[in-house]
Amino acid sequence: MNKQSNIYTLIYIIVLVVVAGAALAFTSISLKDRQQANADADKMRQILASVKIYPPSDSIIAEYKHYVDDSYVVNINGEKEEGVDAFGVNVAQETKKAEDVRELPVYVCRLADGTRKYILPLYGAGLWGPIWGYVSIDADGSTIYGAYFAHQGETPGLGAEIEKPAFSDQFGGKELFKGERFLPIAVVKAGQAPNGDEDYVDGVSGGTITSKGVEAMLDNCLKPYARFLEIVGTNKTKQN
Amino acid sequence: MAEKISSGSVLFNPFSKNNPVIVQILGICSVLAVTAKLEPAIVMGLSVIVVLAFSNVIISLIRNTIPVNIRIIVQLVVVATLVVVVSQLLQAYAYDVSKQLSVFIGLIITNCILMGRLEAFAMANKPWPSFLDGIGNGVGYAIILVIVGFFRELLGSGTLLGYQVVPEALYEAGYVNNGLMILPPMALIVVACIIWVHRSYNKDLQEK
Repeated sequence: MNKQSNIYTLIYIIVLVVVAGAALAFTSISLKDRQQANADADKMRQILASVKIYPPSDSIIAEYKHYVDDSYVVNINGEKEEGVDAFGVNVAQETKKAEDVRELPVYVCRLADGTRKYILPLYGAGLWGPIWGYVSIDADGSTIYGAYFAHQGETPGLGAEIEKPAFSDQFGGKELFKGERFLPIAVVKAGQAPNGDEDYVDGVSGGTITSKGVEAMLDNCLKPYARFLEIVGTNKTKQN
Repeated sequence: MAEKISSGSVLFNPFSKNNPVIVQILGICSVLAVTAKLEPAIVMGLSVIVVLAFSNVIISLIRNTIPVNIRIIVQLVVVATLVVVVSQLLQAYAYDVSKQLSVFIGLIITNCILMGRLEAFAMANKPWPSFLDGIGNGVGYAIILVIVGFFRELLGSGTLLGYQVVPEALYEAGYVNNGLMILPPMALIVVACIIWVHRSYNKDLQEK
């Protein structure tokens, strides 16, 4: 058979692509459950990291169930929406919608000392790809307790530094409410201060675009929660 | 092949005398991208060894059936399939590693070493020598990656594999990390320094 003929070439490439496609489809389907389980466990690990709990990898699910005792979805008015699974909400897609139609997941966590924290998911864009994270807020609805950031492909040593505690630990103790006004945290160049009176943290030097991305992400993702956090804060005051 | 090459030389030549990065000057692009820290450099090196060895074997097995006109496409399809399978397996069984590698694993597809070795070696040799050639070139690539990653992380961040190695006392005495080491240009300069040292030991490689 003539191996250089067009017919041979055509048949060859078709067979090759079908074989390669079948191999990929088979791998994808047979590994899907495992990958999903891994991804879920990783999400739980990230949620716990925002309240400074770092379980070993074999007990993530147990620890998550122990600490996170409630999760629900709220809307822009801070009202609970029934029948939506908070864990299953695709935050990446929600952040692209208009603020008033978003489904806003809230994870309620009770720490060992009995204090209650509200964990909110974040999602945005860095320099090379998506960045995301979780921020935990005290029961007063304003003070940040902890934060966790992650990224897909920011430059190691520069933008990728946002995932280091050196960056995320700065958020502890910052206030989201200034008097009556809701102001998400600004990320500025080290040594500078923002124009407004919002609380701020130092950005990563050499990672300016990633730092700006974190700021935009905080702004975009936390603003819809303003009403919810206000309600949380008022309830807390009443209880006292 | 007209001349008979020993398995040993196929395996060990790429370590130094015929190193893919510093002699063949292949795969420079990923050296820039993944060596700011030592850890991704090591994992990237391992992934390239695996993918290169297996794609070499597969291409070598089917080398006599491949139509010459579309051989590059065939090579690409094989490499891309393998890389995706490796990435899927990592996601299922080594989730943490796959997260660290993230985009780099996809970058293996475009790594010039793969196409270079497939075209230059696997297309003309039997599976076993091709396998050795893949391992050898992969290791040769990994060695350079690790050396560059070692110096860039040590001098740029003062850490190795994320652990602080430069003592605090040195910082207090006025030592500062060299931020330039983290930026891509220094990868090229470090590679150039390695080539310089390498060629001054191997005089036969020096161009006239």
